[in-house]
Amino acid sequence: MARFRTWRGVALAGALSLTALTAAGCSSTGGKRAEEAREAAVAEGRAAVDTPRWTFAMVTHSGDGDTFWDIVQNGAEQAAVKDNINFLYSHDAEAQQQAQLVDAAVDKGVDGIIVSLAKPDALKSALARAAEADIPVITVNSGSAVSAELGALTHIGQDETIAGEAVGEELNRRGHERALCVLHEQGNVGHEQRCDGVEDRFDGEVERLYVKGTNMPDVQSALEAELQADQAVDAVVTLGAPYADTAVIAKESTGSDAEIDTFDLNAKVVDGLASGSLGFAVDQQPYLQGYQAVDLLWLYKYNADVLGGGRPVLTGPQIITGDDADALADYTRRGTR
Amino acid sequence: MTARSEAAGGAPASTGPDLPAPATDPVAIHDERVLPISLARRLLGRPELGSVVGAVAVFLFFAVVADGFLRAASLGTVLYAASTIGIMAVPVALLMIGGEFDLSAGVLVTSAALVSSMFSYQMTANVWVGVGVSLLVTLAIGAFNGTLLSRTRLPSFIITLGTFLMLTGLNLGFTKLIGGTVSTKSIADMEGFPSARAVFASTLTVGGVGIKVTVLWWLALVVIASWILLRTRAGNWIFAVGGDKEAARAVGVPVARTKTGLYMGVGVGAWLSGQHLLFSYDVVQSGEGVGNELIYIIAAVIGGCLITGGHGSAVGAAVGALIFGVTSKGIVFAEWNPEWFTFFLGAMLLLATLLNAWVRKRAEATT
Repeated sequence: MARFRTWRGVALAGALSLTALTAAGCSSTGGKRAEEAREAAVAEGRAAVDTPRWTFAMVTHSGDGDTFWDIVQNGAEQAAVKDNINFLYSHDAEAQQQAQLVDAAVDKGVDGIIVSLAKPDALKSALARAAEADIPVITVNSGSAVSAELGALTHIGQDETIAGEAVGEELNRRGHERALCVLHEQGNVGHEQRCDGVEDRFDGEVERLYVKGTNMPDVQSALEAELQADQAVDAVVTLGAPYADTAVIAKESTGSDAEIDTFDLNAKVVDGLASGSLGFAVDQQPYLQGYQAVDLLWLYKYNADVLGGGRPVLTGPQIITGDDADALADYTRRGTR
Repeated sequence: MTARSEAAGGAPASTGPDLPAPATDPVAIHDERVLPISLARRLLGRPELGSVVGAVAVFLFFAVVADGFLRAASLGTVLYAASTIGIMAVPVALLMIGGEFDLSAGVLVTSAALVSSMFSYQMTANVWVGVGVSLLVTLAIGAFNGTLLSRTRLPSFIITLGTFLMLTGLNLGFTKLIGGTVSTKSIADMEGFPSARAVFASTLTVGGVGIKVTVLWWLALVVIASWILLRTRAGNWIFAVGGDKEAARAVGVPVARTKTGLYMGVGVGAWLSGQHLLFSYDVVQSGEGVGNELIYIIAAVIGGCLITGGHGSAVGAAVGALIFGVTSKGIVFAEWNPEWFTFFLGAMLLLATLLNAWVRKRAEATT
């Protein structure tokens, strides 16, 4: 019994010291209180229409905890509230699992499906089942080339190659000569297309660096190693927002004077753009991809509307620099840009 | 490294359960146990020997093939890469010497970072409060693993696999539930941040080379862990429970307490690397850390820890982490295709294990 007493004692002491610490150690800067002060009140979302409560399922190839897809989901949810939609979200980075999730949605008899086509072949049969069941499908993000072929109404997203080309052109405009394209997911076709696009339009040389995206210190030390090994690099392009900040740290610690540019936005990227530690960011507006997909499905159900005329509807690329940063800061902080 | 291995070479604890076989040597006059052992043989008996040889070989290899690898700044980068693995590899190695695994170690690092960030942010507390809470949480998770292990007698593989999955889910679920997004909010503007950053994520300039503070943490952990293993009673317990649990229990070693302590040690390591993660990037992605647990185990195994327990050293695990750092960054310096990295790593793991097995057999045969 003595052992139990000790354990309980430890737990009690822990709880007590925790309470005391919290009470004593308040921060007068930052934190949740600051955020709450910032956004006094956000109006509760309410349906703007009285159409029947349809159910739409969105199935993406997002990995766990992916910031980009989080924003897509936020957009879709907002549109779902407005359009009186019962919105179901699921995701799996494995193509086969993603296909099974689509199958499940078809079995459930949902009124519409939104799907991302990172690995179109794996989803072919699932989408055929959806067509058989007369469920309208809209594809988002990747897969613009095969979307119509697989029977989707339309595709909403960014063409990765076009986005890469926009970066290549912007790099030319800024007079760079040697760029580093940092891929954080080995084997991701979209990432390769982005770097291909950069390579295609950029007049200088492009070097590719693969880093382990799930391990930030590893990303940092790989970038440091590369910047030390190749000191001619004058532009670093990261393919995801969280990696831009790490690239800035690597740049500072190696004393390199390369400009850091990135695909995609988050709050830190916008801060970096404003402070000048980042050159520019290419945004494909993930919020729009989620929002538009739900909204267009609703329009199709309500009014048989289709957008794009069989061609993909592009949500990007939009080049964002320090001049735009102020306008976007609040939106990135709340997770919609 | 060599100096420390020699100093440790004579310690009785290291041979723990593997007592020397009865001598067949004709020179044994009185008592074979006090027979003077030659330096070479003592070195052969050290678990980290194989990894030190491997580290030197890998280092020389990249020094030759990779331009700029030998520059002082580059070595700082390599050391940083090694230290972020080493901080976890050392407690994980101790746990493995004690005969157990921890598959939750990788995501526990992320949990540690998330807890301190979110606690500080949500309570608008000084970030040091969050740091303290995070330590309590990681210790509690270590204690949970250890207690469950000794209460249920299930294999640690199953228990920590369960913890791994639960933590992965909790990291994602809590972050989204509390903050509304899958990464934490920036706490860089909060009180205590500058001092915490100095402690957990600063860079010291030594002779013009930037050395990350994690390197110091890493070395300190190696010294502490080696001291515990070789100079304390707890160290004997660790070797004993890893070598033969029942025999250890029979001679009065507190098996359950030792193992729980080892899991809590992993918790401390995870806390330390988690704080580094938080204070160097100030925003934490909740999905990170998956897969790193294997890297820590690989580093420990390359460093001479037996997968069955009872044999290994903290220095060896640190050298294993160093091999990791040298290889992963050496490939970048050499500007090779990174597709080959995991192949290289696998080959190294096999070689190191074979070398260890061979050295041990030699050492045992000649004792």
